[in-house]
Parts: sequence; structure tokens; C-alpha cells
Amino acid sequence: MMAYIIRRLLYAVPILLGVNVVTFALFFLVNTPDDMARMQLGIKRVTPEAIASWKQERGYDKPLLYNADAAGAAKVTQTIFYEKSLRMFVFDFGRADDGRDIAREIRMRMGPSLAVAVPAFFVGLLIYITFALGFAFFRATYLDFWGVVICVAAMSISSMFYIIGGQYLIGKLWHLVPISGFSGGVDALRFIVLPAAIGVVGSFGASTRLYRTFFLEEISKDYVRTARAKGLSEVTVLFRHVLKNTMIPILTGVVVAIPFLFIGGLITESFFGIPGLGSYTIDAINSQDFGVVRSMVFIGSLLYIAGLLLTDISYTLVDPRVRLS
Amino acid sequence: MPFQIVVLWTDILVYLLVALIIATIAYTRSREHLRAPWRRVAQSTSGMIGLTVLLAFVAAGLLDSLHFRPRLESKDTKAKAAYAVEVLSTLDIVLEPLRTRREKTYSAPLATNLYAKEMIERPDGTQVRDYPRLKYGGARLADPESDWAADIARSAFGGIAGGVVIWLLCGALVAATIARGSGAHISQEWARIWRGETEVPWGAILLTLLVFCALGGMTVALAAKYHVLGTDKVGQDVLYQALKGIRTGLVIGTLTTLVMLPFALALGIAAGYFGGWADDAIQYVYTTLNSIPGVLLIAAAVLMMQVYIDGHPELFPTAAQRADLRLLFLCIILGVTSWTGLCRLLRGETLKLKELEYIQAAHAFGVRHHRIISRHILPNVMYIVLISVVMEFSGLVLAEAVLSYVGVGVDPSMNSFGTMINNARLEMAREPMVWWSLAAAFIFMVTLVLAANLFADAVRDAFDPRVRTRALSPVRLAQLLHARRAQSLKAEKA
Repeated sequence: MMAYIIRRLLYAVPILLGVNVVTFALFFLVNTPDDMARMQLGIKRVTPEAIASWKQERGYDKPLLYNADAAGAAKVTQTIFYEKSLRMFVFDFGRADDGRDIAREIRMRMGPSLAVAVPAFFVGLLIYITFALGFAFFRATYLDFWGVVICVAAMSISSMFYIIGGQYLIGKLWHLVPISGFSGGVDALRFIVLPAAIGVVGSFGASTRLYRTFFLEEISKDYVRTARAKGLSEVTVLFRHVLKNTMIPILTGVVVAIPFLFIGGLITESFFGIPGLGSYTIDAINSQDFGVVRSMVFIGSLLYIAGLLLTDISYTLVDPRVRLS
Repeated sequence: MPFQIVVLWTDILVYLLVALIIATIAYTRSREHLRAPWRRVAQSTSGMIGLTVLLAFVAAGLLDSLHFRPRLESKDTKAKAAYAVEVLSTLDIVLEPLRTRREKTYSAPLATNLYAKEMIERPDGTQVRDYPRLKYGGARLADPESDWAADIARSAFGGIAGGVVIWLLCGALVAATIARGSGAHISQEWARIWRGETEVPWGAILLTLLVFCALGGMTVALAAKYHVLGTDKVGQDVLYQALKGIRTGLVIGTLTTLVMLPFALALGIAAGYFGGWADDAIQYVYTTLNSIPGVLLIAAAVLMMQVYIDGHPELFPTAAQRADLRLLFLCIILGVTSWTGLCRLLRGETLKLKELEYIQAAHAFGVRHHRIISRHILPNVMYIVLISVVMEFSGLVLAEAVLSYVGVGVDPSMNSFGTMINNARLEMAREPMVWWSLAAAFIFMVTLVLAANLFADAVRDAFDPRVRTRALSPVRLAQLLHARRAQSLKAEKA
């Protein structure tokens, strides 16, 4: 098991390197740092001096891949690729355009992101599975039919409408919770409830319907018929046999998403003004802070790989047939 | 009106897609094994309702995909013809009144007065602070307060009546066409449609058309005199914006998968068929692309695209062409992020197919690789392609809205549901609230996405061999069985 995990972690290195090359190509080869400087400085103030000082401030004034002027190992280290891309492997992300250290900012913003995403994730999972199991229990009845109808309708609505509608109804009309904002401590609860609830409602349709098909697929298997044949009640069959076995396909989709809880919901956070990583990313995109976007791409890929690893490990926990080697 | 035709990149691809669909239909018609699953789609009530609504949207989208620049009026006839910088489409011609009748600023749906109070000068010279009358909305009413409700009711009723008449013609046409095929009388066929005894659920389709014709007729009648969905900040008609947004949604939903389809097919099948290092390399490529979170990759790519566009203004003669290239680029980059899923599915299916006896036999006979792939593997994985294309459509339409909100979606000058929502977000905070832009985007988007979801489900149920449950609902099944029994009874009597 341990050997397997270590091997998987080593597999991650070439993939992260690939991600780095892709982002490097996107940010520095497709457009040179000169282009970026010109765009950020605006058309009017573009002088060669302004571009040079802009590049120097951000450390973009070095050669891309190979520094012929430097000596020894510095030929490779005194380059943009080394300083901006490879340094990310040791979580050195450099500074954002406003001068703050990106790594520190990311550490600070993880908390609020998790505070909203974790409750939404677990409460959501519980609700989706409950409803899906309910629909599967009442399969081929009007309850099931209308449940699916509601799910399809719900998944046809953009998540932005849920957010705007929820903010308007609960925040503005009923004044139950503040519309947006965040604070530390116990007070944070007031700010978390609405975004978390909307997160749950937003993916209700798609998730419930998906889990329902998982349940139905499992119900049609032979062992379920055997269980019924030996006289078990439908409730026992569902909870003792079907529910446990359906956890395998459900886990495939769910565990991969766990690491992304750190990043939180991009638009949810920006709509609700939560100072998490999601809104950090959106702000960086809007202000065209390339350093932050690049760091978030790296973190995102790291979390994705962690998610894949977690999925494999969770398989061994729920499915004894799977042995990692 | 003299004009200069403008061919946008997405227009070419849209018509290529239409040609592709027509070719597929022509190819399928004569082959029974390909027609069978489509017949199952045609039997599904929800699927056909979805298709009916989708076709209406597609019609608007296609009208909006023929672009041209009108010639500018000039007195000097000898001068070289100058064309407007504004690129129009055939849809703009149809919606000419909606496009040109601009108010000053916000006005509520069907309103006769502006949304905010202004200083108005009276004929006698005194000034008063009141809601000014709109330039176009209900301009013909002498006294809006007393005439407004009656005028709205009259127009709406007239419109609905017109719509119903058109619908009756459609219904008669459908009944007549079916009657010609079966040899029965039109009235008999009409009765069968309403009892739900036809193979294709024409009753449901006609009901959808009825709703559509009535609503459409009402909207047309009202739009002649009012702004049916109000006007936005610069006084533009919201209904017009929503109708223009349809094309953007359709383009993103369809072209994204179309653009990346060749890559996904080639790489997915190659990885599964050849295995070995090709498999390793292709898997590495898609794992790497997959591990970059989609939104971030899109954001990074679009930011870079923006830098490129800003740096090369000489490449784009009009704003529409610039916006169009950005739209195409957005499709490509969305395709790069969504392509990996399809590629993996194709690889898995090819791996399975490769081991089947008939392909082993082909190997034994010495059939070449490219022939095995094109004759035996490709036709057998096409159902996966079809299912994923239709299943991804609605997700992509929704994604466009989110991306436009983040600021990495379509060009801000381009009409789309995303830009409408994005603008409407700030309007919600106004007092009194400006809700109509958001409502319009909501109605159009939900209708489009819901229709696409229903159709996609019907297609998946019909094509996916793993779906063992019947696509038909129990009620529909009972209807069809009843109809069959009635027919066989009749045949026995005869």
C-alpha cells in the first residue's frame, strides 16, 4: 500500500511538469512579456522604459529558457522558466501585482473557502443520496416520475440564477442573513449559511438524478434478486445491499472533488464576497494578475492529482475486491 | 439595399455542421440498422417536445448566421462604395423595428413611460418632475393611464388568435401528411393524433407548437407597439438582445464539440487500438490537460488571447469579426478542456472492440489497420460520439454564462445570455429593481437548456446499449399497445 502511494506520487511529477510546460507556453511563449506589459500599462503610456521597468519589477526581464550571460548553474537558474515555473514545486509563487506574497495569501484564504465548501459538500452528499435512494425505492411511480422531472428542470437552471435568486429572496426581501461578506469566529456562521445552502441546491438536480441511475443499475443485479428471493424486505435490501454497493460509483465522482474544496466555488465566493481562493482567482483574472492565475493553475492540478490518489485509496476501503499493488 | 457579405469563421462552421447533419440524415435514411435507434428517439414524447423547441431556437440561430455590412448612403454616386462598420445579420433585418427603436434608458416590460423621473418641460413653459413618455413604447396611446390595459389586451388577444390560426394550418398539414401515408381520412388521422395512437407523438408536438404559436403571436403583436421585455440601460430592447443571444449559446454548445471531435476520435481510437507507447503518450497528454482545472485553463488561455487581439488590431476590420474570433477561440479552448472525457471513453471502447472475434478475424485475413479502424471500429464507436455531443450541449450553454461572468467568456460587445446576466447583476441593486433583463435571460436560457436536456436524454436512451430500461413512459407504452391492438382487431374484422 505504502509502496503504491509512493509510486503514484512519483507518477505525479511528470504530470505536474507537463502542466508547468503548458502554462509556461501559454503565458510566456504565445505572448512575450513585452506584450503583457503593453497591455497592462495601457496604450498611451507605452514607452520602452516603462516596459523595461514593468518587466524588472516582476522579474520578467530575464531570458526565457537559457541565460547565456550568467555563469555555471546560473545559466539555467537565472531564467524565467526556472524562477517562475520550476520554483512552484517548492511552493514559492513569488509576489502578486499588489506586492503581496502569493503563497501567504493562499494559506490565509484557504480557511474561508473550506468553511463554505466543506459543509455544502457533506450536507449536499447526504441530501442527494437520500433523495436518490428514495426515488429508487419508489421507482416507476408518480413520485419517482415527478422527482426526475424536478431534477431535470433544476439542472437546466444556471447556478447563477440560484445565487442571484437566493441573495434576493433570503438576503434582500426577508433579511434573514447578510447578502454578502465574511467575518471570523462564530459570527462567520451567518455568512456561511446562504452560500452553502445555495451550493447544495445548485447541484441537487444533476447529482440526485445521477445517483438515482446508479441505484437503479445496482437494483437490477442478480444478487439483489437473490436477496429478495430469500425473503428480505425491500428496505433491508436497499440499505444493507444496494446502498453499500452503490457507494463505489458514487465515490468515483465524489472523492476526486474533495481536494477542490480548498479552492471553493469560484462564482459563489465572488458573488458572496467571501475572501477565499475562488474569489482570489476571479479577482486575479479580472485584474489580469498573471502570477496569481499561474499559481492557481499549479495548485489546481496538484489538488486534482491528490484527488485521483484519494479515489484509489478509498476504493480499497469500500470494495475489498480492489487490491492496490 | 446594396450590401457586402461578411463571412465570419463561426458562420462557416455553423453551415458546415448543418451540411454534416443533412448528410448524416441522407445516409441514415436508407439504412435500417441506423434508422432503428432514431425511430426510438421519435417515439419518446419528452424527446420530441425538446426537439420541437430546439428547432425553433436553431431557426433563429441560423437566421442570425448570415452576416453582411449594409452600404452607407452617400450623395456622391461616383465615390467608392463605403460600407457600415456595423455587421448585421438576416435576423437583424427580421427584427429591424426592435433593433432601431431605442429608448433613452431603462423601461419596464410593456411600459409607456421611462423607469426614472426626469425634468419635463410642459407646453406652457413650466417644468415638472415626472416619468417621461417613451419614444416608441405605446407612443400611439393618447392617454396611457386609461387606454393602456385595453390596448394591451386587444393586441395580445389578436396576436394569440393569429398564432392559433397558424397553428391550425400546421396541424392540418401534419394530419394530411400522415393521412397520405396511411391512406386514412384526415379527420380520422386527426382523432388518432389526439388519442396518442401515432408512433411519433404528434399530439405532444402539436401541443408544444400551440403554446409556441400562441406565445409567439402575442409577442409579435405586442412588440409592434411596446417593448415586450422592457429596455436596458442604453434603451435597447431586451427581447432583441435575448433573441441575438440564442446564436451565441448554440454556437458554443455545438461548435465546441465539433472542433475537437477529430482530435478526440483520432487520439482515442489510436490509444485503444495500437496500445503500447502510443497509448502511454496519449494518456499522458490527456491526464495533463485534465489535471488543469477547466476554468483556470480557459481563463489563462482567454487572457492570452486578449493580449494577442489587443496587440494586432489590424487583423480585424470590424468589431464583429474580432468578437467572432474570440467566440471561436473560446469554443476551441472549451473543447480542449472537455475533449479528454470523450477521448477516454473512445479509448476504453476501442480496447473492448479490439478483442472481439470479427476484428481478430479481420487481422487474420491481413486487413490493414486503417481499414479495420474505418470499417469496423469507427462505426461501432459513433454512438459514443453522438451521445456525448448531445449530452454536452446543455452544459456548455450553462458554462458560457459562468465564463462571461468571470470575464473570460465572449466579447462584452457580443449579445449572449452570459453578458445579459452579468449586466443584470448590478441592476438588481437598483431601487426600484430592474428585473426584466435577468428574467429574459432566465426564460430563454432555461427553455433552451431544458429542451436540450430532454432531447439528449431521449438520444441517450435510444443509442446507449447499456440502458436496458425502455425509453417510453408506461403511459405512452399503454397508448401504443392499445392502438396496435385496435388495428389488429380491425384487420381481423376485415
